[in-house]
Amino acid sequence: MNGAAQSALAPGGAEAAAILSLFWPVTALLGAIWLAVLLVLALGLWRRPGAAPRRAGLAVGAATAGTVLVVIGLTLASYLVTRPLSAAAEAPLVVQVQGRQWWWQVTYPAEGDAPGFTTANELRLPLGRPVRLELAAADVIHSFWVPNLAGKQDMIPGRDNALLLTPRQAGIFRAQCAEFCGMQHARMALPVVVQPAAEFARWRAGQAAPAAAEALAVAGRQVFESRQCSACHTVRGSEAAGSTGPDLTHLASRETLGAGLLPMTRGALAAWTADPQTLKPGNNMPLVPLTADELQALTEFLALLR
Amino acid sequence: MAILALALLGACKREVRELRPDPPVAAALGGVAALPVGIGGRPPEVYFALGKPYRTNAYQLSEGKRLYAWFGCAECHGQGEGTARGPALLDGWWNYGPAMETIYLSLRDGRPGGMPAFHTRLTEDQLWQLAGYVQQLGAYSGGAAAPGRSDEPPVRPAENRAPARFAPLEP
Ligand code: HEC
Ligand code: HEC
Ligand SMILES: [Cu+2]
Repeated sequence: MNGAAQSALAPGGAEAAAILSLFWPVTALLGAIWLAVLLVLALGLWRRPGAAPRRAGLAVGAATAGTVLVVIGLTLASYLVTRPLSAAAEAPLVVQVQGRQWWWQVTYPAEGDAPGFTTANELRLPLGRPVRLELAAADVIHSFWVPNLAGKQDMIPGRDNALLLTPRQAGIFRAQCAEFCGMQHARMALPVVVQPAAEFARWRAGQAAPAAAEALAVAGRQVFESRQCSACHTVRGSEAAGSTGPDLTHLASRETLGAGLLPMTRGALAAWTADPQTLKPGNNMPLVPLTADELQALTEFLALLR
Repeated sequence: MAILALALLGACKREVRELRPDPPVAAALGGVAALPVGIGGRPPEVYFALGKPYRTNAYQLSEGKRLYAWFGCAECHGQGEGTARGPALLDGWWNYGPAMETIYLSLRDGRPGGMPAFHTRLTEDQLWQLAGYVQQLGAYSGGAAAPGRSDEPPVRPAENRAPARFAPLEP
């Protein structure tokens, strides 16, 4: 995901922009207060020895009143800015994102005549349309955070959380699991691709279709089906229908491999298939012993899953 | 005092998590010397060389527990109490015997009474992880190592509480 943006200070969505509009004034105000406190402290320390003690009554009163005013003001401002963020938009695109150790399952429910489908490790959103992300977790608590688009929201097993956002800028943004969730928490990222509506519709239609015919025709398909891979992974159109690992039907169309671990290249596919435990130690995909020929065939098959 | 604290800290031993058995080791784990009936026999040498981690290492047991859920064992064996489709695993009564290598063979090759074979779906070390977990599920004496606890309300004693000790012995 080289070059993918991950910064709350460069908003690409309405919600992130609203939060940023709160961030700068609060930072400036609190920075000024901090400087003032240091100044008063310095004045207090540099008092000439022997000088008559000063009366503190007025200063303490003024500082207390100021503090109360600032706290009330900031609370009000943050309430006014963040309240509209949780207001339901009309006809949002609904996407279900489920956090897993240590990857993301992404489900687009059927909408109108667009059929639903499940994919993984990549979220695509149309530019300008409000989105409602329904967040869940399969095992432990995770947290969904695309700093460029919106604030954080936890994914908690047995609880349905939602996050509303409206992308205003096309591009690839990086999301990162923001709640420590085990050994590979650091390598649990998610590219979020925002693209114009027409491009998104084309992508959506492509993802809903079964795997590409040329992939299903190569010998690697048999290796995939007959080895352990098919027990954990689904490739729609083949016999592989496992559900404990990411759906691989259109694997090669994704930006990255292994939840943001590596760029999607043929070399990375071969390296991952040969030894996932060295690339991402402790992840839930075992090292499956393969002969060189099997690895070659599998890599060809995976690279054709566009 | 600080030196003492450091020395104490240095003495802490973290359990080893073997995440990636070397392929030759994994291949050797399959070399169970079984009797022709598929019962008993002897685990491969490498099992002893590794220090029998599948029964004594909490990480390996936890992996076994995860695989028990992932690979649908509960469909037929429930949480160990058994169902109409498969026998109980926690009552200490075994059709084929309680030895690690026997349980391993039950998982790898299946059993004629309706137990499916899992060798095309699980790798060698996963088969051993699962066998270690299943053996602990039906043990008469508790172990020092235990897998992670369940999120669901318990329906049976915890795995390392030697569940078979509490179960009525069947035929
Ligand atoms: C025991 C289940 C299991 C088996 C068997 C298994 N995988 Fe996986 N696989 C996973 C899991 C879990 C992940 C997600 C790992 C992560 O990123 O944390 C994964 C990830 C992947 C990915 C990356 C997917 C993505 O979206 O980036 C590929 C490619 C893959 N597996 C291919 C294979 C192949 C090929 C085989 C057979 C040699 C195989 N897997 C066997 C569970 C499995
Ligand atoms: C389709 C149902 C089914 C599934 C799924 C299944 N089993 Fe079984 N299992 C059985 C049946 C039936 C038997 C009894 C076989 C016999 O006695 O010949 C059995 C026997 C066993 C035995 C031997 C018990 C003994 O008394 O010696 C073990 C161990 C076992 N299963 C573990 C597992 C594990 C672990 C899994 C998950 C990977 C699993 N089973 C999945 C049906 C199932
Ligand atoms: Cu996470």
